[in-house]
Amino acid sequence: MASMATDTKPSAPVVTTGGAPNSWGLGDGQAIPWEYAPAPESREIVTIRERYGLVIGGKEVASSDGLTFSTINPATEEPLAEIARATAADVDAAVRAARQAQSKVWGKLPGRDRAKYLFRIARLLQERSREFAVLESMDSGKPIKESRDVDVPLAAAHFWYYAGWADKLEYAFPGRVAKPLGVAAQVIPWNFPLLMLAWKIAPALAAGNTVVLKPASTTPLSALLFAELCRQADLPPGVVNIITGPGEIGMALVTHPDVDKVAFTGSTAVGRKIAQGIAGQGKALTLELGGKAANIVFDDAPLDQAVEGIVNGIYFNQGEVCCAGSRLLVQESIAELLIAKLKDRLSTIRVGDPLDKNTDVGAINSRAQLEKITELVAAGVAEGADLYQPACELPDRGYFCRPSLFTNVAQSHRIAREEIFGPVLATLTFRTPEEAVEKANNTPYGLSAGIWTDKGSRILMMVRRMRAGVVWANTFNKFDPTSPFGGYKESGYGREGGLHGLQAYVLLEDR
Amino acid sequence: MPHVRLGGPDRIDVRKTYKQYIGGAFPRSESGRTYLVVNPRGDELANASRASRKDLRDAVRAARKAFEPWAARTAMNRGQVLYRVAELMEGRRDQFRTEVAAAEGVSTRRAGSLVDHAIDRWVWYAGWADKIAQVLGSANPVAAPYFNFTIPEATGVVGLVAPESSSLLGLVSRLAPILVSGNAAVVLASETRPLPAATLAEVLATSDVPGGVVNLLTGRKADLVPVLAAHVDVDAVDTWGVAPDDQAAVEISAAESIKRIARRPPGIADAAFDWTDDRATQRPEWIAAFLEMKTVWHPIGA
Repeated sequence: MASMATDTKPSAPVVTTGGAPNSWGLGDGQAIPWEYAPAPESREIVTIRERYGLVIGGKEVASSDGLTFSTINPATEEPLAEIARATAADVDAAVRAARQAQSKVWGKLPGRDRAKYLFRIARLLQERSREFAVLESMDSGKPIKESRDVDVPLAAAHFWYYAGWADKLEYAFPGRVAKPLGVAAQVIPWNFPLLMLAWKIAPALAAGNTVVLKPASTTPLSALLFAELCRQADLPPGVVNIITGPGEIGMALVTHPDVDKVAFTGSTAVGRKIAQGIAGQGKALTLELGGKAANIVFDDAPLDQAVEGIVNGIYFNQGEVCCAGSRLLVQESIAELLIAKLKDRLSTIRVGDPLDKNTDVGAINSRAQLEKITELVAAGVAEGADLYQPACELPDRGYFCRPSLFTNVAQSHRIAREEIFGPVLATLTFRTPEEAVEKANNTPYGLSAGIWTDKGSRILMMVRRMRAGVVWANTFNKFDPTSPFGGYKESGYGREGGLHGLQAYVLLEDR
Repeated sequence: MPHVRLGGPDRIDVRKTYKQYIGGAFPRSESGRTYLVVNPRGDELANASRASRKDLRDAVRAARKAFEPWAARTAMNRGQVLYRVAELMEGRRDQFRTEVAAAEGVSTRRAGSLVDHAIDRWVWYAGWADKIAQVLGSANPVAAPYFNFTIPEATGVVGLVAPESSSLLGLVSRLAPILVSGNAAVVLASETRPLPAATLAEVLATSDVPGGVVNLLTGRKADLVPVLAAHVDVDAVDTWGVAPDDQAAVEISAAESIKRIARRPPGIADAAFDWTDDRATQRPEWIAAFLEMKTVWHPIGA
């Protein structure tokens, strides 16, 4: 453990696994074996149809060439439904429907009426929250306690928050008149399918835009259920259009000449392609891209609280979070103690059935993603870092990954530089705040950062020095519709949430 | 060679070598090259430095070094520093008037108005230094026990492709909003009308703007813009002075490192833009184009 103190590799890599699963780690061999009874959430509340079409102009239609793809449950590898695979012609039809709805209906509605529709949607999401939560966990692999307690309530809260802005735009931007941009093309990722939909659609609609949204091809179901919810809210046809398909359909959508605004959340590599794809077209663009956040723990931090925050920072949603606290920076003097506590805590993490209410870490979203994580974990070991994984049992089927903790990591290691998008934590140490700042900022990304210390003045000093768009102090991975979210540097530009998120969807003209 | 003549007709005047401004110094181009600058009638004015790719990289390095301490100044201090630029330009008003008249081929009277607007522009933007955070920042009422706030911060190193037609006023109108929040700038001056910009650098050097905060190159856009757009240590590019045909290529290159892009308003040609229109050119949005929003979750508890 003394080797923790340095970034250089002193010896052969060490791979260890923890003790008995679910032990309390009381020391003295006093571990109390503890088995949880299964506590599965019923999937009865959700009816998943065999097939889903595209939602264009308020109608569900098959793709123009009739092709489909299947979406599977990553926890069981069983297909859930067949989904229409949109074509370029479908994209065009969707954009036309959105344009028509914007210029004829939605753009002309008084803000007060747009607000009421959005409030309706918020209420419907609350009413059908359990259904959405179960569906989301089945399609994405995330634990039900997260979809139930985080994704769905936050999605509803976003609609609630932006609903209130729809008839107050004149107070939002001093000296300016806020007009809608027109048709927004929105492409969202698979890690928070419904929540990212809400982040995109709520501000767009509040400002008077209409949207064509493409969910990720592995997680289309909650967006398609949302379309059903829009129908239930009597939202005018064409205001929200959903097209489904692979990445090239997303590219066809954002590059469509009649799109005014592009919003993308996903990897930096794809964000770059989108920015290049629409170069010179003059479209408004916001990008929420990758991250490699530092979670910095000072020696005066409340350690037990920090351990919970570190776990939440990197194992929340299987670590498939762009702002995940994937680099743990620990002050040297407490590194040994903190890592011991962390390993102890890891042994209690429950990996398994996403629909089990006790599950902490569910299934990785896809085989491809699991392979990427596995490859990077192997690279971490090969490059000389020490890997610790708790000895939890993984289900026989499905895409599961043990929570992984690397110590003895150098800044040059791939696991310290690349966004893994999985439950893999890379630990580095520092001696002085200056060194912590330098290491934290030593990345092309700049999405988020965490600071753990008991000292308020130190929090704000570190806040000032972090080149990151969101800084959490003595907490991590907190989100709120009023709180702007987005990155510095190669983590993208533009903000989502709050008044700043609204600004991304308006054209400001002089009064 | 006809030129900007500040002496009387009977005196053999001392002519100026126009140079670049990098890291607070006035080097010639490391390439040793210059190019001939003419007025709109085609009369020779002077030789300007023709910056090389190496000069541009040096300028980016100087800007990167200057950025953090400049951004760390207090807002009030940055405001005073920019105001000081206006004070010094006022003192050189006649020189600028003569140079702008020569560069742009306009009357002395018109040039005087352009210079006055440029001076006033510094004053207007200087005043924003300690206000922009109050207008664009926010306290966010999150549904949890945190004090949650959002503050604007400078983006970093900004590459400014200055307006091509307006040699001084256009440049100042785009540069001041970049600087006021704490960014450092690498400026490519107007290619055809670079001389007033080179003189502005002399003002900056004798003002309180720290060396490296503004770096100003003159030269061929075809040489320099692609390097600026591709440079990974440039955080944002103001493409105002980029020709419409080159815009897409610049954006494609800039996207490699996810640079922020500021563009001319749609449908506005560089030459047609009225830089004396205060309402069109004095805009907090022009400051906001080079800001990052930082949101902080600070715990509330005993």
